[in-house]
Amino acid sequence: MRESRLWSWHIISAVIILAFLGIHMIIMHMGAIWGALGTGSGHPVRSDEVFRRSQQLFFMITYILLLGAALFHGLYGLRSMLCELSLSRILEKAIGGLCAAAGCALFVYGSYVAVAVYRMGEMRP
Amino acid sequence: MNQPQTKESGIIKTVTYEVLRYEPAKDRAPRFEKYHVPVTKGMTVLDGLLWIKEHTDHTLSWRSSCRMGVCGSCGMFINGLPRLACNNQIVHLHSDRITIKPLPNYDIIRDLVPDLETLFEKHRAVKPYLIRKDKEEQSHPAGEYFQTEQELVSYIQFAYCIKCGLCLSACPTAGTSQNYMGPQSLTQGWRYALDSRDEGAAQREAEIFSEHGVYRCHFAGACSQVCPKGVDPALAIQLAKKDAFLRSFGRRKQRPTASVAPPVQNWVPKADIPKAPEPTVPQKNR
Repeated sequence: MRESRLWSWHIISAVIILAFLGIHMIIMHMGAIWGALGTGSGHPVRSDEVFRRSQQLFFMITYILLLGAALFHGLYGLRSMLCELSLSRILEKAIGGLCAAAGCALFVYGSYVAVAVYRMGEMRP
Repeated sequence: MNQPQTKESGIIKTVTYEVLRYEPAKDRAPRFEKYHVPVTKGMTVLDGLLWIKEHTDHTLSWRSSCRMGVCGSCGMFINGLPRLACNNQIVHLHSDRITIKPLPNYDIIRDLVPDLETLFEKHRAVKPYLIRKDKEEQSHPAGEYFQTEQELVSYIQFAYCIKCGLCLSACPTAGTSQNYMGPQSLTQGWRYALDSRDEGAAQREAEIFSEHGVYRCHFAGACSQVCPKGVDPALAIQLAKKDAFLRSFGRRKQRPTASVAPPVQNWVPKADIPKAPEPTVPQKNR
């Protein structure tokens, strides 16, 4: 049932991506409208604006969740595609292990960056 | 060409059969051969092949048996779709040119004869038979099982499979991934998982829910489109996925297992029913 659990999380991660990517799209592409309405700067991709958002707890958590969901979803999908190439059992296992290792490493690195940027805001007087 | 042309013979039109010929031991590559076949009312693609065999080319090979869509032997790739040759009338194809190839996704034994060994290997892998936890009951069934109509309806559609292999030949995933279990075997695995008489779900899970099981289905739906018996393998696979999803989070209800009906006591046969003949093979005492 290991594959069933992995596949179930693949579906759940898709829903998480849909929700958080929706938030991301709204912030990035509706920034000008929000600016015109008097809320926000109207320049969501300006570096100081990006830093300001990253130093808020809500955004730090959503970034980490989105990172985890996207990594799992993408790497499980990649493994599935590679497993359809009629490879040997050993090679399939190796691909699975490699995807898991790459996913963990990227998640730790991405989370570290998200937390570090957040803490820069905390340390600011 | 020996072709009757009288009105009395009932010939509607003449069609051209383009048949892929290939004998692996002799030919370097498959080649098409053309045959002109007179069509009469109700004539099936299989009847046309039989006409060719009888009148034009006796070396043409294919596999067929019942001629009525029951045995599942005459699966072929006819005018771009896997179909049973006996189940498709020539006039219903609405073409004067009928292209016939062996089923895709299988090796060719000769001409239109596919090697269905891969289909049956995968079919065997899902243990397509009733499994009981009681070994004695498994090897020496004591009687019939109680099963409600609803329990029967839950799997009966998937039990209509005739193992023709059309679904596996239509499946795009099976075309690229040899390890994929394929719609036929997955549907049969799910059919037994739904059967209230069965207790072998745990034994089948290793295959059905493996990395080459239901999760590799891309839901193209081609299997259901070509199935001549309306089995709908794509539905079975999606139901199996849903079941696995719910089970992953402990949200699936366990179905009750059918019990064995007790032997009928003190029965009196009706006087007008003739007695069964004595068995010709010695019966084992149970």
